[in-house]
Amino acid sequence: MQMRDLKKHQQVIRGNDMFEIVAFYLFAFLTIGMFSVTVMTNNALYALSALAAGMIFISSFFFLLDADFLGVVQIVVYTGAVMALYAFGMMFFDSIAEIKEKVNNPRLTFLLTGMIALIIVVMFAAPIIGESAQTGIYPVHPEYGNVQDIGLVLFTKYLIPFEIAAVMLLVAMIGGIILAGKKMDVSYSEMSEEEIEVYEKNLLETSKDKK
Amino acid sequence: MSLNEYLILSTIIFSIGLVGVLRRKNLLMLFFATEIMLNAVNIGLVAISKFHGDLTGQMFAFFIVAVAASEVAVGLGLLILLYKRKNTINLDSIQSMKG
Repeated sequence: MQMRDLKKHQQVIRGNDMFEIVAFYLFAFLTIGMFSVTVMTNNALYALSALAAGMIFISSFFFLLDADFLGVVQIVVYTGAVMALYAFGMMFFDSIAEIKEKVNNPRLTFLLTGMIALIIVVMFAAPIIGESAQTGIYPVHPEYGNVQDIGLVLFTKYLIPFEIAAVMLLVAMIGGIILAGKKMDVSYSEMSEEEIEVYEKNLLETSKDKK
Repeated sequence: MSLNEYLILSTIIFSIGLVGVLRRKNLLMLFFATEIMLNAVNIGLVAISKFHGDLTGQMFAFFIVAVAASEVAVGLGLLILLYKRKNTINLDSIQSMKG
């Protein structure tokens, strides 16, 4: 009786493993395909949508790795916030216009390709070195669940980095608003360099007069 | 699934991002490629966090997401400013020194 239970249990485990392998390879190929489209295509809109799809597929790896919280953050922050920001940003650009992308220095290309090859070798060799790494400082508690566990560490050991990240996001937001919203009423691209200079000089003088 | 598979996947995605950064001249595409590289690193960190039973990797991945979000905000602001000035987002248009 016990033997049969054990066997059933093993089968369940094997089934889960099977599912994990299938999911891993499915999402791996999907992610790689989507990101290749992002890198290779000339159409900015295709690149944007492929990038958004790739981000969602990446969140599946986080779920597979029992990092539920990060999976949700990945979907909400990347596909929700970052992609929307890019979509808004793209409205400012003439993204249909093709940009000539020609490499006119073959020697540089060779050098860079060689460096990539070297980096790949190092990165493939790194796991072998990584086997000997010691176990961690903040162990996972399976009985808590991932979100609670992360909250526990985040608001005790990583509280100050968390606050700094909050301030950094605020600074970035204000900086983005100021940079993008600067002189929305005039278009610098329709003026020549001399006109811009004259305009900025006038602006400076008027601000001095106000003082 | 072992740690190595996840790390190899992370490597491949990182290389795709690196190729993008080296190959593209469109500044918007450069931003996309940077996002890809950041995500590849996140996968690696979370995989190590799982297989070593340690939460530090997930913490770092979380902060990387925060950094990526603020980078996009400031970067897009600068990009819009550049576009207003030069009327193009070609990387070569920034070049002002001849050498």
